[in-house]
Amino acid sequence: MSLELEFADGRDVFATEDMVLNMGPQHPSTHGVLRFIIRADGEVMRSAKADVGYLHRSIEKIAEKVGWHGFMPYTDRVDYVAAMTTNQAWAMAAEVLGGVTVPRRGEYCRVIAAELGRICSHLLAAGAMGMDIGAITPFTHAVRERELINDLLEELCGARLTFNYMRIGGVAWDLPPGFGAKVLRFLDHFEPYVDELDDLLSGNKIYIERLANVAVVSRERAIAYNLVGPNLRASGVKYDIRKHLPYSVYPEFDFEVPIGEGRHGSVGDCWDRYIVRLHEMRQSARILRQAIDGLPEGPVIAKVPRNYKPAAGEVHVHVETPRGDQSWYVVADGTEYPYRVHIRTGSFAAMAMIEELSRGLMIADLVALIASFDIVAPEVDR
Amino acid sequence: MRAYLDAIAAGYPTVSPALVYLIGMLAFGALVVFVFILPVAGITSWVERRVWARIQSRIGPNRVGPGGFLQWLADGLKNLLKEDVIPAAVDVPLFRIAPYVVVAGFVAAFVALPFAGSLIIADLNIGILYISAITSLVVIGILMAGWSSNNKWSMLGGIRSATQIICYEIPVGLSIFPVVLLSGTLSMQGIISAQGWAPTSWHMFHSPFLFVSFLLFFVGALAEGNRTPFDLPEADSELVAGFATEYSGMRSLLFFLAEWGNLYVIGVLVSTLFMGGWQVPHFTDNGVVLAVAQFATMFVKAYFWVFVAMWVRATLPRVRVDQFMTLCWKYMVPIGLVNVVGTATMMVVLPQGSIVLRWIMVAMTAAILVQFARRVFFHLRRANYGRLGRISEGAA
Amino acid sequence: MSDYIPVLITLLLGVVIVAAMSNLNRLLGPRKMTAIKGEAFECGNEATGPGWGRFSIKFYMVAILFIVFDVEVVFMYPWAVIYRELGVFGFVEMAVFVLVLAVGYAFAWRKGAFEWR
Repeated sequence: MSLELEFADGRDVFATEDMVLNMGPQHPSTHGVLRFIIRADGEVMRSAKADVGYLHRSIEKIAEKVGWHGFMPYTDRVDYVAAMTTNQAWAMAAEVLGGVTVPRRGEYCRVIAAELGRICSHLLAAGAMGMDIGAITPFTHAVRERELINDLLEELCGARLTFNYMRIGGVAWDLPPGFGAKVLRFLDHFEPYVDELDDLLSGNKIYIERLANVAVVSRERAIAYNLVGPNLRASGVKYDIRKHLPYSVYPEFDFEVPIGEGRHGSVGDCWDRYIVRLHEMRQSARILRQAIDGLPEGPVIAKVPRNYKPAAGEVHVHVETPRGDQSWYVVADGTEYPYRVHIRTGSFAAMAMIEELSRGLMIADLVALIASFDIVAPEVDR
Repeated sequence: MRAYLDAIAAGYPTVSPALVYLIGMLAFGALVVFVFILPVAGITSWVERRVWARIQSRIGPNRVGPGGFLQWLADGLKNLLKEDVIPAAVDVPLFRIAPYVVVAGFVAAFVALPFAGSLIIADLNIGILYISAITSLVVIGILMAGWSSNNKWSMLGGIRSATQIICYEIPVGLSIFPVVLLSGTLSMQGIISAQGWAPTSWHMFHSPFLFVSFLLFFVGALAEGNRTPFDLPEADSELVAGFATEYSGMRSLLFFLAEWGNLYVIGVLVSTLFMGGWQVPHFTDNGVVLAVAQFATMFVKAYFWVFVAMWVRATLPRVRVDQFMTLCWKYMVPIGLVNVVGTATMMVVLPQGSIVLRWIMVAMTAAILVQFARRVFFHLRRANYGRLGRISEGAA
Repeated sequence: MSDYIPVLITLLLGVVIVAAMSNLNRLLGPRKMTAIKGEAFECGNEATGPGWGRFSIKFYMVAILFIVFDVEVVFMYPWAVIYRELGVFGFVEMAVFVLVLAVGYAFAWRKGAFEWR
């Protein structure tokens, strides 16, 4: 309100008491059990403070008790929207400590699984984004496509959500016969679909109005807050672990790292975060095609003793999950149990930023902001 | 309706005409309310779910009755059997009164809604003014519900709803004026009589001003009916369930009943004001056949707009509070004013309108529709329906 | 006046519907009230303060705007109905009225009354 009326002591005449609102843990748009304590003046927020910990399952502590092999199923639960990449991170950490080399076919299987998982996760993110700002249809369309990937992954490892596919030293099972052709067939169907989603959603006037210039994260703030993954790239920082800190067989593939360009507003707004995910799906499809074309023959898993005891030491591995750089710090003390595991996740960094970004936003913008950061509650709390 | 009852009263000279009128009205009113309004509102909920499902490549409710047609009855029954929770901290009298106000406001709008040439509960001489006044009762009910719930989400929902409805009252009011100017009456039947059955005689195509008015009216009516893209009061991803958060069982269903019923009211208003209402060519002298044809015409036209509202809801995201304020005050209100002045000017310059202009308007609208259809078909061809089925089962 | 009897009757019918349905609901539905059920919903937390606080003044500004403009709009109804009979006189009169309205509208816009923030 630009009516500049003030009391003699400088207080704004129109200032009203702030309303304290709890958004979450039981709220439709908090993507799991998150809680925000909102201080709002009518519709405009003074601040939204994140209160994390509702989904804490002490996964890091469990690692210290279940052993190297036994921890693999738990890693699915770190980020159940994209379990393949967390699987991979744990396997990589253990392999580095134990000096295990994964066979090339195993690495290719991992890449195929991880990229399918990435598409899955980004589809859910894009769909939920539409849902959170009130468009119901994109979600069902995105989930419909996600279902096809789930079918593929089910065939691959028997599970649709918590895959438990990877093992220390490789993957649990080789690709089933004809799997590559099925993936290619899916991609033939999927690549036009991404364009369709782009048509349906990205150009929608209301969609743009709701997302462009909302919660802009500048390049500097993004780096200062240690945002990772698509959230960072949307702010114009070209940084992708797969390219810049390469692991597995990613250097063999030709793909691009999309960054936010601020097509409808400033670089780093909610719309950029959305479109970066959309472009990443296309890049993942590219990687998948190359991986299936170049799939080598051979074993998929190295020989790893059942009683796995890596030498004492510590390791820090980085994996590019759909929510960005997930780094695992693992300490081994030479026994059959890890001494300490620490996971640093992308959602956690993004959560920290919400309080700063929320000032002056509307309540409806907060919903868009959470969705655009693609926060997955279990990944925040572990 | 009046004429029928007078005729009946004439047949019974011993009974007071006033009594016949009262009883007849009560019977007809009850007939309309229970045989038409409630089923239409209920069935609309089923239609909406099916339409959404189709748009979202789902199936939708298809279990209860043929094609799930009886789903609305099942839902009603289920809500009847739900516990009626009144939270401890609410303002109980207001909490209880709120659904009454909402439903009464919505049902009372049907008094002046024409169904056919002779079928209208009461052809009030201030028809359209009455409807825009009585439907505002819904705001009061929603505000009551929001305030009495003693819950911040409800409060926000209620206040949002009130803000939205009163804001859009103005562009909607302004977009009615061009029609009233042309018809010279506020009566619903009068407005319809001023038009004919052919599109060229519809108010919508009188001039560009009327066409824009029609668009304004439809958008404003969506906003007043709390429909997407203006469904902020019950924005489930923001306000949980808005003003209805604390309501359970039948009471909460009644709010939604009013919402679905209001859709039909919107449809009837649009077709009455701009699309010639129940007007059909005079193809027979049989009054009953004609009335049925008129009723069907009205229903199809009204339900077409109900369908468009569903379509819009399944397509568009929701606007933000500041955006709907901007849209209303900075765009729709000035455009509405220009429309009024423009139509008034048109009527001074061309008192009888211009048939050429009407034909041009019809042709342009047809061209727009054809272009739209072409775009739809283009996208349909491009769209990848996801008919692959389960890829993993298909032969590679 | 008898035109308005149907209005009363329908209003009455609306009330009857709600009364019948909500009372039937109370009769048929279970009644197992607990303290937890009686709490205000605030996403699973204990409510911080009552829902009836002082509310943002912006909403009241909208209400005032509404009253100003809606009254103007209501003034135009009688004019619109008899516009054909008034002819050019009616047009000029209303042009003046709309002009005054437009000045007020421009004033409100300029003062930022249509801004939300």
